Amino acid sequence: MDFSLNEQQKMVRKMMRDFTENEVKPIASETDETEIFPEETVNKMRKYGLLGMTVPIQYGGAGADELSYAIAVAELSRYCATTGVILSAHNSLSCWPILAYGNEYQKEKFLKPLATGEVLGAFALTESNAGTDAGAQQTTAVLDGDHYIINGSKIFITNGSKAGIYIIFAMTDRSAKTRGISAFIIEKGTPGFFIGKIERKMGIRGSATAELIFEDMRIPKENLLGKEGQGFKIAMQTLDGGRIGIAAQALGIAEGALDETIKYIKQREQFGRPISQFQAVQFNIAEMATKVEASRLLVHKAANAKQQNVPYSNYAAMAKLFAAEAAMEVTTKAVQLHGGYGYTKDYPVERMMRDAKITEIYEGTSEVQKMVIAANAINN
Amino acid sequence: MMNIIVCIKQVPDTTELKIDPVTGTLIRKGVPSIMNPDDKNALEQALLIKDTVENANVTVLTMGPSQATEVLKEALAMGADRAILLSDRKFGGADTWATSETISAAIKKIGNYDIIFAGRQAIDGDTAQVGPQIAERLNIPQVTYVKNFKIENDKVVVERSLEDGYEVIEVQMPVLLTAIKELNEPRYMSINGIFKVFGEGKEVTETWGVDDIEVNLDHIGLKGSPTQVKKTFTPEVRSKGEMLEGDANTIAKNLLSNLKSRHII
Repeated sequence: MDFSLNEQQKMVRKMMRDFTENEVKPIASETDETEIFPEETVNKMRKYGLLGMTVPIQYGGAGADELSYAIAVAELSRYCATTGVILSAHNSLSCWPILAYGNEYQKEKFLKPLATGEVLGAFALTESNAGTDAGAQQTTAVLDGDHYIINGSKIFITNGSKAGIYIIFAMTDRSAKTRGISAFIIEKGTPGFFIGKIERKMGIRGSATAELIFEDMRIPKENLLGKEGQGFKIAMQTLDGGRIGIAAQALGIAEGALDETIKYIKQREQFGRPISQFQAVQFNIAEMATKVEASRLLVHKAANAKQQNVPYSNYAAMAKLFAAEAAMEVTTKAVQLHGGYGYTKDYPVERMMRDAKITEIYEGTSEVQKMVIAANAINN
Repeated sequence: MMNIIVCIKQVPDTTELKIDPVTGTLIRKGVPSIMNPDDKNALEQALLIKDTVENANVTVLTMGPSQATEVLKEALAMGADRAILLSDRKFGGADTWATSETISAAIKKIGNYDIIFAGRQAIDGDTAQVGPQIAERLNIPQVTYVKNFKIENDKVVVERSLEDGYEVIEVQMPVLLTAIKELNEPRYMSINGIFKVFGEGKEVTETWGVDDIEVNLDHIGLKGSPTQVKKTFTPEVRSKGEMLEGDANTIAKNLLSNLKSRHII
């Protein structure tokens, strides 16, 4: 078994390190502080082909493999988890479902501008009463001639106020429960489509998390993604892939926190020597480094499984569960090892700790991941 | 149609380089290798031309061990069209004289060029000689320390940086230009570039040995190099000097008497 990266993956890592060092790291703290969406960085990500990186070249993407994509998200998140999730929501949650379920017309019309980065994408499943219970959708879509009329609202939508193309979910047949949910592609500017509340968050504060409101929004029938009733399946499969992105984000946050901590303990002196010489500190570093490495292996395994077209839902859930919890643990230790300084905004670890928390919550909480993993372990 | 050749070099990242105090040689172990920074500016300028001029073609050329393909690949992923590595045991140990002999022979083989770009100097040797020597050997005009570049009516107009200002120079093509970091902001590799250029088992760089170019064997490699390195050493750190304290008058008086007592003035 070979755990090494191939040539392209190594080059992506090198490219991303150059890019993040110069473009992402310098504004990470400011992005957190001001809650301003990093528009400039997104423009640069477009220029360098990151936005549609896993989309095939024929649809305007770069044709990159899943592991290269995971590396890109992790490297961004090493310095700025906000930027990491912007890329993840765009690639995994917006490009992928159109690539997987869209017809040629939809790929031309919606996937191409997403893949070239002309517009940003968002994915809207969650509602105020449909979180983990995603099947309890209240948003409705009613066919009226050549159009669907959509009413309802979505919350906590990443890229929500900044996207141009959205994948949304709505009930087309309430009696059929989850089999009555359908997926639609909608565009910003559609009459009846409004952006609601922008959330103020604990972490990933620059990521433009918004409420979407649909009031008698009429969209052409051609915007139905897949078939009527296929929506829940599309959502769940999309989230399987999205979890690899979030696991990569968690990995990146943990890597960043470990790097910062190692730097700090080498120069921080107490009792006449660098604190890196104390075994209590060293043992913490050992645990952090091991968690980071284990996260990396799980992320790489899940990404490779997706690339090779073998079932990856279970691996994605494991990678996300483990990497998210590891990120929380590693960042908490990072703050602890920085002592009082770690609690201040003069060091990035407090931000990393706040950013890490969301990875245990969105795109399926840790509890949801355990449901997926347990079902797989028991039933297969 | 415009053909541009960019000469680049792989160098150790000197910001992370140390010299062994005992042997006086460079400790290369664990030091990352990078594309020489000025060469990256040279490449960026070539790529900027390619972005705007129809049918512009960018060839990158380097001399070094097989490991140097790394910088060629980076150049391809940034947008260069063709990459050539000059690598042969017989090229080894070359000083600037022998290096420019080898590189200019390769450029003659590539042929049909309009602009040759090189970096001002490499951060490992700091000679700034290879670019100008290539121009001499090819018998074409050269402008060094270029900080601004444009093409006007089939001519190249550049600003050449001087210590206290700059000169504006108009020059005919073919021409060799050496770039300084003020010239531009080099781009990164792109994801599209990485996945367009590379693939499993895909040979993306060409390697030329001594038999592929026309050179006199006495003029290349260690044998063809008149330069000999006698010793490499780290200059001793000087003492901090003496700090004079007090108000301006006192300091001036003390300074004057100090300088006089040491017969400096």
